[in-house]
Amino acid sequence: MTVHMQSEADQVRSALAAATSRHFHGAAEVEALVRQSGGASRQTWSFDARVGGQWHALILRRDPPAKGKSDREQSVSIDRATEFRVLQAAHRAGVRAPEPLFELVPEDGLGEAYVMRRVGGTAIARKLLRDPPYAAARGRIARQLGEIAAAIHATDPKTLPFLKRREAADHIAGLRRSLDLLGSPQPVFELALTWLDRRKPVPLDWPLLVHGDYRTGNYLADESGVTAILDWELAHLGDPLEDLGWLCVKSWRFGAIDKPAAGFGSREELWDAYERTSGRRVDRTRAHWWEVFGTVHWGVICLNQAWKHLSGAIKSMEHAAIGRRAVETEVDLLQLLKAEP
Amino acid sequence: MAQDRPTASELLTAVADFLREEATPALDRADPRLGFQMRVAVNALAILEREGRLGPAADAREHDRLVRLLGRDGTLEELNRELARQLRAGDRDERDTGLMAHLDAAVTDKIAIANPKWR
Repeated sequence: MTVHMQSEADQVRSALAAATSRHFHGAAEVEALVRQSGGASRQTWSFDARVGGQWHALILRRDPPAKGKSDREQSVSIDRATEFRVLQAAHRAGVRAPEPLFELVPEDGLGEAYVMRRVGGTAIARKLLRDPPYAAARGRIARQLGEIAAAIHATDPKTLPFLKRREAADHIAGLRRSLDLLGSPQPVFELALTWLDRRKPVPLDWPLLVHGDYRTGNYLADESGVTAILDWELAHLGDPLEDLGWLCVKSWRFGAIDKPAAGFGSREELWDAYERTSGRRVDRTRAHWWEVFGTVHWGVICLNQAWKHLSGAIKSMEHAAIGRRAVETEVDLLQLLKAEP
Repeated sequence: MAQDRPTASELLTAVADFLREEATPALDRADPRLGFQMRVAVNALAILEREGRLGPAADAREHDRLVRLLGRDGTLEELNRELARQLRAGDRDERDTGLMAHLDAAVTDKIAIANPKWR
């Protein structure tokens, strides 16, 4: 570990000790502080706090300096304070999500940040899809994700902080704007966006809480199945089927291509569980529309990730390489447009 | 003057094989994060190897198809820009069988370079 990293960890440790002491009303010792990988845009730290002989397993979510983000990403991501309040509302509504505990204050010197309880499980798709301990969980995850999505969408909008409403037309306009900014012609994405534009679902009279990044990689699961839904920074109000469509995008199947629901089950299993929990029927045409949309969306995100490197905003081979993954979604889109129901 | 062997493709393959088989395991032991990054790098080298081998012919095929489809000539970039413009305007869509045959062929050639295992 470099000297610079050490000093950052020390700074985080002392700030967390002070903030945790305030929250629990007792002197807190911070141990096992580790910066977790994943989440390229925002920092996640894991730590244990001991207060009055009791241990608390906790997570710090914190924004690094705001460089390296495209304008588009900044306009769609919510800030930490809003994310904290969305998580509070969802957790209180019974959604399987980490319990948010407290926000840090500017005097803590960590930027925008909050602390939540740490939940067990792994988010690593490769493990969940292939390792023996998760064999039983694999049979449950598609159904559980249907049930949890229904719980997210049942969160009372009156309990939420202000969130932008984003409907089909806004999403299409956003992706076209991204393609224009990126500058290189993308015939397959243009074809798909025109297809989508002509078939846009009518917005709901009452938009619901949409997680916005509901997919394998963004939830934790253990041997019993899903333990917590993570990564709420793209939450918004809109069409709940957006989450179900995004979950079925082929890129999250990690090779299990015959299991469209996150790599763990059929679309029907997912929809059945959703319908049983929500009491609302899943409109198949609408769900297909959102899956096609999600596929273009991921393709454009791949191009945007590469652009972060190409524009000089960040220097990252990983980001550069993601640009060459956009074509995977072109393959998927041509298949999806032929399979129009 | 032609370069001596190894060819570009042979040299890229030799480098990628070395990095995958010898450097990556050592890196995994030292720092798993760097091991992951090395896999990304090795994969990128494999893309470059395929692009060097397959790219020129794929580009030429794409250019020929676009000239026929659009009924005009230009650089690959110009032709794709015109096609993208027509698709956004809705002048052509998925019911155009000539268009779909072209896109299928273009994407088949692209994925054969970027990720031939993708299904």
